[in-house]
Amino acid sequence: MEPHARPEPPHPAGVAPPRGLNPDVALQLLRQSGHGPLPGEPMSDVWLQALVDALVDLSSRDALTGLANRRSFELALAREIDRVARSGEPALLLTLDIDHFKKVNDTHGHAAGDLVIQAVGAALADTVRPMDLVARVGGEEFSIVLPNCPAAFGPQVAERIRKRVARTPVEIAPGESVSVTVSVGGAFAPQWVRTTARIWIDRTDLQLYRAKSEGRNRCCLEPTAVPLVSAEEKGLLFASSSFQDFT
Amino acid sequence: MTPSGTSLAIDSIDAASGSRGGAQITAVTSGKGGVGKTFITTNLAAALTRQGERVLVLDADLGLANIDVVLNLYPKLTLHDVFTGQTRLEDAILPAPGGFSVLLAGSGMIEYSRLTPTVRDQLHDVIQRVRPRFDRVLLDTGAGISDVVLYTISLADEVLIVCTPEPTSLTDAYATIKVLATTQPRRLIRLLVNQVERPGEARAIRKQLQLVVDRYVNAGLDKPVMIELLGEVPLDPTVREAVIKRELLLEGAPGSAAARAIVAAAAKHIAG
Repeated sequence: MEPHARPEPPHPAGVAPPRGLNPDVALQLLRQSGHGPLPGEPMSDVWLQALVDALVDLSSRDALTGLANRRSFELALAREIDRVARSGEPALLLTLDIDHFKKVNDTHGHAAGDLVIQAVGAALADTVRPMDLVARVGGEEFSIVLPNCPAAFGPQVAERIRKRVARTPVEIAPGESVSVTVSVGGAFAPQWVRTTARIWIDRTDLQLYRAKSEGRNRCCLEPTAVPLVSAEEKGLLFASSSFQDFT
Repeated sequence: MTPSGTSLAIDSIDAASGSRGGAQITAVTSGKGGVGKTFITTNLAAALTRQGERVLVLDADLGLANIDVVLNLYPKLTLHDVFTGQTRLEDAILPAPGGFSVLLAGSGMIEYSRLTPTVRDQLHDVIQRVRPRFDRVLLDTGAGISDVVLYTISLADEVLIVCTPEPTSLTDAYATIKVLATTQPRRLIRLLVNQVERPGEARAIRKQLQLVVDRYVNAGLDKPVMIELLGEVPLDPTVREAVIKRELLLEGAPGSAAARAIVAAAAKHIAG
């Protein structure tokens, strides 16, 4: 251990926490979230690091669904915008909203509503690639960031998600199930252009609004712009696959 | 050098500046990132400096600035401080290892990654104010073809596109040329091909790009866009070593093939 990094020797295990550090509430929160015991001696470096890691994990997840929460979603979105601006890879943002969710709550109660949200969240997480980020961003609203998602694949993945939710009934009480549907809005990040998270979210929200107003249980993706460079132009650009000929 | 020392140097340059009416401003851009744009910009600046030019590199990649990383500089004063009025422009112009000057974007510039009227005015103002003090100003633009990049290019006297022979890079170089041709009056575009594997490869690439531009872009224009080759830089392992050591190739390995190619490109750039 470098002297400047830790001026005092580490306190022995079992002694009162240094500098008034009180981890009781943090431990309670972790236990309540179903987190197992932390490794190492209490208040040891290993233990404290594990505590910090567990709290970071807890603060980036949605308590009801275990999905990413709005905070980590916004971080992921900002990262994706930077990546797309530099790499030019296509990236899709989907925003989904459970149709007529208020009716579920009003008819079956809030506990049933929670079960519906959990089930939809699980269905979404199960339908996308491991690299995609599914987040619960509001009451009955979810967002999915899909990095490296080719334009042609966008409508397919949105439709797959919509169908998956529609055909998965949610058991809200023993022997009692409800079926829910989602409306999906989506927009690709403009390639090469450094946009902002706000603009990207607004564009997908606009498509979600379209899906809702066109009757719900459907997907609306922003029409992709005509590619800047056509296949024909690319063909001519690479006509001589090797550039050795320089006469 | 202290900030006050820098500003003294600038004042004397200012006094000496005269007949030319200010610096030639070149925007260096690439479309795709990762083609060595910043590497080329900084080493070209060092090469131009060695050939007697007073050179300023302005980090115009306002969102993801990284010239400070490339040059191993830890700037206290940046463009951000100039934009926010926290420092004078003179004090933010810093000496770089290659003997040229730099104006770094610095952190906190993410808020400038969109072209707002304020960003427009401030960029324009900064470029006009540095113009009389140098012979050459290189604007290192961000990757991509964002509105900030396009606006930065519009402020320059000429544009240099850096690409590699990779198809993705060529496609993006072509896309950039196409956007510039349709949005800006500029008709001469300079090209530098980096990471070339065979001598003469860049000439073939220029020819092919010109062919596609003639067919798909120039057909709709009154005055055709011409692509001029500034040079080619060979794929050279010493480049990677210099980049990792965070030093200029012209300082670390001035005799390397890539360094000699950049010096040749600088000479051609001065010749016009």
